[in-house]
Amino acid sequence: MLIRKRLKEKKKEEIVNVALKLFAEKGFYNTTIPDIAEALGMSVGNFYNYFESKEELAKYIMQYSSNILGEEIRKISEMDISTREKILLLVRRFIEIAEEKPELIDYFLRVFLSNREVFKEGCEGFLCVSSVVTELMLFLEEGAKKGDLRQQDFFPAFVTVMGPLGGIVFLKGENVLPKRPIEYAEDIGENIWRALKKD
Amino acid sequence: MESIKKGLKNLVWIQGLTCNGNSHSFLSINDTLLDTFLSNINILYHPILTSEIEFKDVYKRILSGKESLNFLVVEGAVSNKKNEVFFQGFDVFEILNNLKDKSDYILAVGNCACYGNFPALYNENVNGLQYRFKDKGGFLGESFKTKSGYQIINITGCPAHPEWIVRTILSLDFGYDINLDNFNRPKDFYMYLAHDGCIRNEYFEWKVEAHEFGTKEGCLFYELGCRGPLTHSPCNKILWNEKSSKTRSGMPCIGCTEFDFPLRSKYFETKTNIGIPEEVPLGVTKRAYIMLTGVAKTFTNQRLNKKLEDTD
Ligand code: SF4
Ligand code: SF4
Repeated sequence: MLIRKRLKEKKKEEIVNVALKLFAEKGFYNTTIPDIAEALGMSVGNFYNYFESKEELAKYIMQYSSNILGEEIRKISEMDISTREKILLLVRRFIEIAEEKPELIDYFLRVFLSNREVFKEGCEGFLCVSSVVTELMLFLEEGAKKGDLRQQDFFPAFVTVMGPLGGIVFLKGENVLPKRPIEYAEDIGENIWRALKKD
Repeated sequence: MESIKKGLKNLVWIQGLTCNGNSHSFLSINDTLLDTFLSNINILYHPILTSEIEFKDVYKRILSGKESLNFLVVEGAVSNKKNEVFFQGFDVFEILNNLKDKSDYILAVGNCACYGNFPALYNENVNGLQYRFKDKGGFLGESFKTKSGYQIINITGCPAHPEWIVRTILSLDFGYDINLDNFNRPKDFYMYLAHDGCIRNEYFEWKVEAHEFGTKEGCLFYELGCRGPLTHSPCNKILWNEKSSKTRSGMPCIGCTEFDFPLRSKYFETKTNIGIPEEVPLGVTKRAYIMLTGVAKTFTNQRLNKKLEDTD
């Protein structure tokens, strides 16, 4: 039973990766389930064993990527380094992931944020991205508890971190950056740190 | 009060540094329990009950072995130094040293006797009977046991609820073994949290907060500092005056049964860092708590967003 479940999860991951590529190439609406199935060499019928619909797949991808990112944040949170270093590392890791898996970020910016109707049910609020939000909450809470970060409400702090990150990969997507995004990591990290630190 | 009733177990109640709060609480026990108590326990001496014998005579008779002592109840903090705290003209330091091996059971009643509480903040010699805040030791030392084999039984609270006091004594009197928690408090009472049985639990689950004191609606945790989910006490199970509790009437629990009660400074505030509570309910990790509350906040329970009077 357990092995079956694990195999199923593996297959789902495979579907996610292929679907992400197709969404990035052809756009979310232009990609059909038969397209995805074909790219995977599986029958459409079999695809439905994994996801009931394209909407279900879309939500799953969001949770899946949120878990990957959440896990990265968690690892950084647990490191024995200063809050400033953690913020710099967080920025670096985010940009690295965006470079390794551009389709993931692309999906977030071009599918998740632009097609809210797809995610209306089952992805309300932070439901599908709760790992990222939770890990960021713990990340920031820890920094403030140590006295490194200025006390404030969560959301202003949240957008101070996420805004620049979203911004830089967006600019990359638009092909307007003269340098590779990773070369800006240090400055962006420093900006976020200065914006959030105490005093 | 009759001085001595044969066949009943004897109880003596003494006081150290105290506001009398636990005595008053004790005296507000309900009639049924009072009857049971008085038919089973002989109160040899209590400082605010009229009595035919004075403390000095009771004390003398116990010391000379003429009278047995079964329950010694101590209210108020005590000092590890001589000549600092007095009761009825006697040094509490001496009374305790003289009676500690004579009594079957010793009960510390109220946070001052248990942990030192507020008085201990101002004088380093001041202690609880077997604890000083969270550290074991106190006046009698870590390993002290009474004749019965029990350590000091702590009935914490500021004040302790009369039923916790009376039922603990009666249980022992009836020969039951009682289980104690890590702070030597009877589990029967302190295995519950003030949160258990609070009528605002549903608001807590759905994260609907009260914004002011005394309202019927809303949970008092996030904005008003309620310690219910972190405080061991059956306040919402065994009600006060058989009727109500702080949280039922719209006042946050301020954690009065815990050792850190006087150590916290802001009683009506839940400490947050960047909006996230620093402490979360007992038994869950912060990660789990944040995830769950995030989900809960995403949805609305329509009923909980209305005034109770306006619900169907
Ligand atoms: S008011 Fe306090 S005890 Fe009641 S549900 Fe809220 S947190 Fe729990
Ligand atoms: S509700 Fe909290 S503060 Fe009030 S009596 Fe109970 S434990 Fe103490």
